Order: sequence, then structure tokens, then C-alpha cells
Amino acid sequence: MSGFLDALTRVPLLLAAHVLLAISALALAVLIATPLAIWSARNPRVARVALGFASLVQTIPSLALLALFFPLLLSLSALVGGGIPALGFLPSLLALTLYALLPLLRNGVAGINGIDPAVIEAADAVGMTPAQKLRLVEAPLAAPVAIAGLRTAAVWTIGAATLSTTVGQPSLGDLIFAGLQTQSWSLVLAGCFAAALLALAVDAGVGLVERGIATRRQGLWIGALVALAMGLAAATAPLWPRGDDRRTVVVGAKNFAEQYILARLIGERLEHAGYRVEYRDGLGSAVIFGAVAQGAIDVYVDYAGTIWTNEMHRDDVPDRAAMLRAIGEWSATTHGVRLLASLGFENAYAFAMKEGDARAKGIATLADLAAQSPSLRLGSDLEFLERPEWAAVKRAYPFRFAATTPYSPTFMYQALASDRVDAITAFSSDGRIAAEKLRVLTDPKHAIPGYDAIMLVAPDRAKDDRFLTALRPLAGRIDVAAMREANLQVDREADKRTPDQAARWLATKIGL
Amino acid sequence: MQSSAIAWEQVSKHYAGTTAVDDVTLSIAPGSFVALVGASGSGKSTLLKMVNRLVEPSAGRVTIDGADVAAGPAPALRRRIGYVFQNIGLFPHLSVAENIAIGPRLASDPPADVGGLLERVELPRALATRMPAELSGGQRQRVGLARALAPGAKLLLLDEAFGALDPVTRDALGQRLRGLHDELGLTTVLVTHDMAEALLLATRVVVMAAGRVVADETPAALLHGAGGPEAQALVGVPRAQAERLAGMTV
Repeated sequence: MSGFLDALTRVPLLLAAHVLLAISALALAVLIATPLAIWSARNPRVARVALGFASLVQTIPSLALLALFFPLLLSLSALVGGGIPALGFLPSLLALTLYALLPLLRNGVAGINGIDPAVIEAADAVGMTPAQKLRLVEAPLAAPVAIAGLRTAAVWTIGAATLSTTVGQPSLGDLIFAGLQTQSWSLVLAGCFAAALLALAVDAGVGLVERGIATRRQGLWIGALVALAMGLAAATAPLWPRGDDRRTVVVGAKNFAEQYILARLIGERLEHAGYRVEYRDGLGSAVIFGAVAQGAIDVYVDYAGTIWTNEMHRDDVPDRAAMLRAIGEWSATTHGVRLLASLGFENAYAFAMKEGDARAKGIATLADLAAQSPSLRLGSDLEFLERPEWAAVKRAYPFRFAATTPYSPTFMYQALASDRVDAITAFSSDGRIAAEKLRVLTDPKHAIPGYDAIMLVAPDRAKDDRFLTALRPLAGRIDVAAMREANLQVDREADKRTPDQAARWLATKIGL
Repeated sequence: MQSSAIAWEQVSKHYAGTTAVDDVTLSIAPGSFVALVGASGSGKSTLLKMVNRLVEPSAGRVTIDGADVAAGPAPALRRRIGYVFQNIGLFPHLSVAENIAIGPRLASDPPADVGGLLERVELPRALATRMPAELSGGQRQRVGLARALAPGAKLLLLDEAFGALDPVTRDALGQRLRGLHDELGLTTVLVTHDMAEALLLATRVVVMAAGRVVADETPAALLHGAGGPEAQALVGVPRAQAERLAGMTV
């Protein structure tokens, strides 16, 4: 239960960001949908196009819609010479706005079209201009139906805003995603509770406004509106400027325990150096390098092989030192991103099986695994099967697995433990390899590149001495045993630690 | 020559494939109470709605006091013309008083004398604060009539205004309308399919069929057999009913 209370302490700041995002998206959607609904109600052809578009948007999974704005904004930014952030608030705002359009439009049009034609004829006959008709007759009569649409849109938007975590916008989803990755159900619960309560509160508040308007009780709807506005404004209080003029830096992390721990380790050092630190957890591998290149995050830890294959599109496998040199040069010249240092350990993809199972089947190498693959099932993390490394490995070893299933990392280990899969694409720095007595298969053809953990620094910080000085002591300091132990503290089922606690443990362990 | 309150000059209205009004020329003298009578689809409502431009003619023009109705903006024209129709169209979110006062409010004129208007249509002043949904059908149509009179209109158009009312209410409201017409010196055009109503209320009856005027007589002349076969067919219905009713009392 104390884990839940701990998790709750993270809620206010995330709730504030969540409210600000959801309300901004709703407001923007209302601004767009209102004139569009009025136009649609007057012109069936416009209605078909507008509602068709909004319905089409609705069929795109919201997670994908959010992700699609990243390349879109990135190319738009390139087109206008930079300056458009492709991560964080803007893509989240745009995706959620599009998502909120359908209920607003549909109910707006239905509200106006649902007005008794005799009332419209009377409005014309008493001499109303189109503007007077809209203000005095159509708007008040369509309002209850239109506001019912606003309620739907509000609940959807607040729910979908949790997904904006994946494009680097802080939201209550931070708790949910981090909790899912590390199996900290208290985090998941805290995030879900907060999001659900927010949605219920807004739904109830807008519901009162709707009832007040429908029953023509001015006191009720104005009162509800004021209460709603004040409540939402109060919820954003943690984001109000506090006259804190320390510079804020943002530490990025991908979506697994090691990343959360290293981000905290880095963040703590930066706080000691006098920076105010924010975290963007849960970024996908595909977007996080773009985020640091754009300056949406200031620093994060990536892995040499990931940059090598995914960003540089190389499929040769040089030795680790040469690879690091090449990556450093490439990132500095093409993106201005500084490879500050490698941390001292590697987190490579490592094919692993249960020790007993591997011994019984006589599998020790990837070649052995390939030979028996038609009768075996492979479990992977969510992205491995789409990554160039998998293509490279398949070129070297003729894999033909009976089935391949992607899991979130935590569930991947459980799938192996419960024999749903026979082999997994584990991570070499993962504490669970030793803890669960797994055999890591060797790679005699060196198809898998090196995955040295490296700190990458955004162009704006690449010459910030105070910043760099704070982080340099981490260079080469973390050995794989220490990292595994820290990871296990967060990943294990019993006696679970938070990434913060594990980061502090790791700092002590490596003598910082 | 005395100028007309309303004049239709060779007006036609075509809808896709059909002709609702076919080259009608007609003028109405100030102060007259004219009934436009005809079967459904005869074009009488279309002809009426050209006066306040709820319908724009395909050809020809309509004048009020000699001025083309199409000359200015339609809202300004409509604020000078009272219009009452079968479905009434009271604004459901406005009180009776707000409904009645809407015309002067739109024109930024001094506020309407709601109490006085309610009395004119024989409704209690206390009704002013009610919402339309709380009224009976007859009360609603009386409020509709009060709303039409509120801007001080001298021209009153009624499109099947009493069509949805029960016979008792209908008769009472018809007589009140005739009273108001006389008291206020209105020019009134009443569209109805009910020849008995037309004969009892109007000073002049215009019969329409298939978009054309087929008869234009006083009630007395129609009752004496004038106006041609179509008009007489319409006059024959209430007359036969009256004779049958008279026969039943014997």
C-alpha cells in the first residue's frame, strides 16, 4: 500500500500536465467543430465531408494517431527550416484535437438539424437575420445536444491523453506505462484512478451545465461552469510559474526499468549541479533519438547497436570501439548530438532459453537454435521483430520459428517461465537472466552488433560545461553486474524497488 | 388610382418539374380582409409567402404600398409584416412574453406592450411568464397572433393559421381575428382550404386552382352562384352540410 501512496505523490504534477493537455485539445476542437458544425447543418455536402473525415480519424487507433504526428511534424519542421517541436505537447494536442472532433461535430449537426422546422420558419418570419437566428434560436436550442457531444469528447480526450506519454508529453499515462513495464501495479492503479476520477469529475460538471441549459436554469449552468473552470484551473496549479529561475533540463527514457533507473541517476546528478530536472519516460526507440536531436529532451541513454542499425542504417558489425567512434562522429556531424560517454556496460539483444530446456535440446548457439527453430516458438519484446537487427540475425542464421510473439518485456520473461514460448530475445544487462537461470546463446557469426550504453546529449547542451561536468563521472563507471542488480531490484516480483531507489542504490554501489 | 396594399404582378414560381404559381396578377386594397382559398397544392400558400419573401418568385414581382419587396433586406421587410402559420413556431426556450416581444427586440424598437397584446388576443396577462410547452394549442396560436401583431404591423398574413385547432377554438379565434382586423385597421390575407371560414371572415374571396386565380368575388356574390364551377364546388360543400344539418332538426 505504501507503494500506492508513493505513486500518488507523483500524481499532482502529472495531473496538471494531463489537464492542461486535455483541456487545450478540447478547447481547440470546440473552436474548430463549432463553425464546422454550423456550416454542416446548412450544407449537407459539407456535412458529409466533415463527418466522414472525423469518422475516419476515429478509426485510427489513438496510439497510432499520436505516433503519426511525429514524422509529420518532423518533415513539416524540416520544410519550414526547423522550430516545430515534433514531440511533447504539440503532437499530443493535435492528435487529441482530431480525436475529439467527431462527437462534437456529430452532436452539433444533430442539435441544429433537430430543431423543429416551424421554429426556424418563425425565426425567419419575425425578421431575424441569419446571425440573430443563430444566436437567439439555433444556439440555445441545439446546446443540450451539442453539450452532450462535448461530454463524450471530454471523456474520450482525458482517456486518450494517457497515451501522449509515448510521444514525450507528461501525462497520467507516465504512471500507467512505467507501472506496466516494471509490474508496479500501484503505479498503474494510481494513474488509472487519477485519470478516471478526472474524467468522471469533468463528465459530471459538464453534465450539470447540460442539465442547466436544457431545463433553462441559468444559475445551475453558470454555477457548474464556474466550478468546472475553477477546479480545472486549480488542477494545473503545479505547473504555474513559481519564480524558480533555475534552468530546467529534461532527461529522456525509453520504456523499461534500466532506462528509468539510468534517467534518475542522470537526473539526480543534474539536480546536484543546480538544474531543475524533468523526466520524459516511456519514449519509443524510434522517436527518442529524434527527441534529443530536436532538443525536446536534453540527455538520454541509448545503445550503440540501436543507433548503428536504426538511425545510421548500417548492417555491418565492426568491433565495439570502432562502432562508438563512428557513432560519435555521425551524430555530431549530422544532428549536432554529442556522444558524451559510454557508461561501461552493454545491453545487447541476447537470445535466451531456460537452462534445463536448452541442455535437453542441446542448444548452445544461435546456429543450434536456428536448426531446431521450426519446432520452437520465439517471444520478443515489442519492437525487436521490426528492427533491422532481427533482419541481420535472420540473414546469418536461417530461423524459421513455428511462432513469433511480441510481448512487453516483463511479460516476455513470464511467457518463457510459463512455457508459452521456448526462446526469448532477452537483454544482456537484465538481472532476470541470472535470477531466472536462463542460458544466453552465443553468436558465433557476430550477427548482433555491440550495444554499449551511451549518453547522448542534445545540441543545445553539447557545449554546456556545467551540464557535461555533472555527467562525465558516469563514464565507464557502471559495470554490467551492477546494472543487472539494479534492474532486478525494479523488475523482480518480491521486494520491489522504485527506479528512484534503484538509482540511489546504483549511485552508492559505483561510488558516486 | 388608389395604391394597393399588396400587388402581385405576373408572378410565377417553379419548382423542379412543377409550377406552384402560374403567372398571377392580383392586387389587394388597404384595409381589406382577403381569403385565399383552394385545395392543397393550388399555390395559395406559395403566393402568400412571396409577400414576406419566405418564397422568392421565379418571375414577376410583388409590391407593398407600391414598393418592390425585393428592394431591401428580407429581415427588415419581415419585421413590418405579421405572419401566423399552422405550426405556430413559438420559440420553446423563450417565455410567452419573450416570444411576443421578439419583433420589437430584433428591430431595437421600444419594448412591446405584452400585457396589452395578451388582452387583444383574449389571454390572461398572467400567461406572460409561462413557457410555450405549458399552453394549450389554442392558447399557443393566440400567442402566435400576438407575436405577429407586436411590431405594430399593418399587414397580417395567415397561412392555415387555424388549421390545427379544434372547431370551437377555431371559430372563436376566427372571430377575434376579424375583430382585430377591424379595430386595428389591418390589411389581412388569410390562406385557408376551408371555404366556410373564408365566407364568414373575409370581405373578398380569391379562389385558386393549379397555380392560377380562378375566382375573385365577395362572399355574397359567391353565395349567389358567381365565380365559376371550381369556386362553386368549394362553396357547395359547407352549403350542403348546412342543409343536411338543417334537415336533421326537423
